[in-house]
Amino acid sequence: MRKVKDISCEEAIRHLLEYLDSECEVHTHEEIDQHLSACQACYSRMEFEKRLRSQLRNSGEQAVPDSLKNRIDKLFSGGLKN
Amino acid sequence: MSSKPRPPETRDDLRTFCETEIGAILDRLYGTALRLTRNQADAEDLVADTVVKALGNISRLQDRSCFHGWVFRILYNTFKSNCRRKSARPEDCISSLTGDATEADDTFWLFDKLHQPFLLWWGNYEQEFLDQLEIEDLCKAVDALPDNYRIVITLSDIEGFSYQEIADTLEIPVGTVRSRLARGRSMLQKSLWDYAQTVGLAPGHAKPQGDDLCVK
Repeated sequence: MRKVKDISCEEAIRHLLEYLDSECEVHTHEEIDQHLSACQACYSRMEFEKRLRSQLRNSGEQAVPDSLKNRIDKLFSGGLKN
Repeated sequence: MSSKPRPPETRDDLRTFCETEIGAILDRLYGTALRLTRNQADAEDLVADTVVKALGNISRLQDRSCFHGWVFRILYNTFKSNCRRKSARPEDCISSLTGDATEADDTFWLFDKLHQPFLLWWGNYEQEFLDQLEIEDLCKAVDALPDNYRIVITLSDIEGFSYQEIADTLEIPVGTVRSRLARGRSMLQKSLWDYAQTVGLAPGHAKPQGDDLCVK
């Protein structure tokens, strides 16, 4: 089994946001996983970024105005036109 | 692994499919349209135009599982063409939407500004900040970003698209998506830091006594 390389805090932080995006190389993801399990400071940072990301995601849910809902309903009741 | 389902064949099926899928993501489509246009009336027009185009072209969508990305691509392309049409100088508009990201300066980390290890026993500025961060303030910070960065932040951090999906939607290289995200996130965190200082949620700006850390 391949040994996962130990990385520094700097290296973990450099890839942290891509790690949260699940856009790292597999080996980088494993290295950050291992680092986070041993480093409380980086783990706290990761939790902060994760929570901030989650709040950003929640901000995307906008109440749709009735005027737009009605327009969309009308479009669908009109059917397909080609 | 089972093969992907074929798209529905009849017009009624297509309409029903489209209506169901649009209904499930209408709030997110509208939210993204608001982030792009920064204006409620324009956002409503953009979503309605997008739905018209989706309905008209749904029969061309071979893989139904791609509907979400496909309809957001229509939304973005419609926004881009509206922007070109409305701009007095279309070349400026196109440039602001497609120009390359500048290299990120040193990344700004909000966490580094808020985190105070010596306060851990009785207070925690970073958690306090997130607890009190209102969605409206977050939206304002995103809206204040320049177009290039606002769009990738919206598609990635708010809508959860992969780098490749964003690259396909915006028709830019994945490397550009990465650099715009890095720069955009740094700008967003800087803007949130300014906000934290304004509302007294930053170390040195909030009251230093333990019981007073929770700023209302």
